Amino acid sequence: MINRLTDPLEFQSQALVLRAERQRLLASNIANADTPGYVARDMDFASALRQATGEQALPAALAHTHAGHLSVRNGAASPAGLAYAAPSQTNLDRNTVDMDRERASFADNAVKYEATLRFINGSVGTMLNAIKGQ
Amino acid sequence: MSMLNIFNVSGSAVSAQSQRLNTVATNLANADTVAGPDGQSFKARQVLFQTLAMGDSGAAGVRVANVLEDQTPGRRVHDPKHPAADGDGYVTYSNVNAVEEMVNMISASRSYQNNVEVMNTAKTLLLKTLQIKQNN
Repeated sequence: MINRLTDPLEFQSQALVLRAERQRLLASNIANADTPGYVARDMDFASALRQATGEQALPAALAHTHAGHLSVRNGAASPAGLAYAAPSQTNLDRNTVDMDRERASFADNAVKYEATLRFINGSVGTMLNAIKGQ
Repeated sequence: MSMLNIFNVSGSAVSAQSQRLNTVATNLANADTVAGPDGQSFKARQVLFQTLAMGDSGAAGVRVANVLEDQTPGRRVHDPKHPAADGDGYVTYSNVNAVEEMVNMISASRSYQNNVEVMNTAKTLLLKTLQIKQNN
């Protein structure tokens, strides 16, 4: 019964953790914009979220060998493999950070992080209303 | 709280960029230096950035791995009346290229601003996370 209250929150909290993770990745790319030989990295958010919420099994998922075994969600702590961003313009020092793209992704990710925060706020508000019975 | 790591990453970048700005200032200040304390003409300096892995996967900061000296020969000007002129009447100035240094300075200052903005955004997001269900 309590699952019904916490399940929507669970999904959003996984999304929030992944958004924070991606924000950190993009910050690393921006920080290394002038480092020779640095290769920009990014994550596939959709598949990372599917993995975190258990919709897509990890390669090393736990096997169910008994009917009584509980299914375990992977959780956002196990990030999907990081991808390398394809360079749009090659650089003499082999650095593949595209500052325009990184800044755009960073702003986009920040807005989506805030959106996830609002969803969580809404869910918590709904839950509190249900508890108080108003 | 993996977002807190952003401050480490961007902080390392800001400090590396400020060291780069410092080097540019040194080079520009010495653009017309004839001889340094060792009697040799001043050699332009360049910082070498290197990626610095920060703990868990993904986070990567920057550090200044080395400060290198440009070994190209300095600018030689024929001026026999100059006190530092050699036997042939030539004075060797520093090998600083002022145009290159200005471009380097603009690039460093833009990178610095970018990283400051990243930290500001991260701060705003973290503050909003702390305020979940407090003000509405």
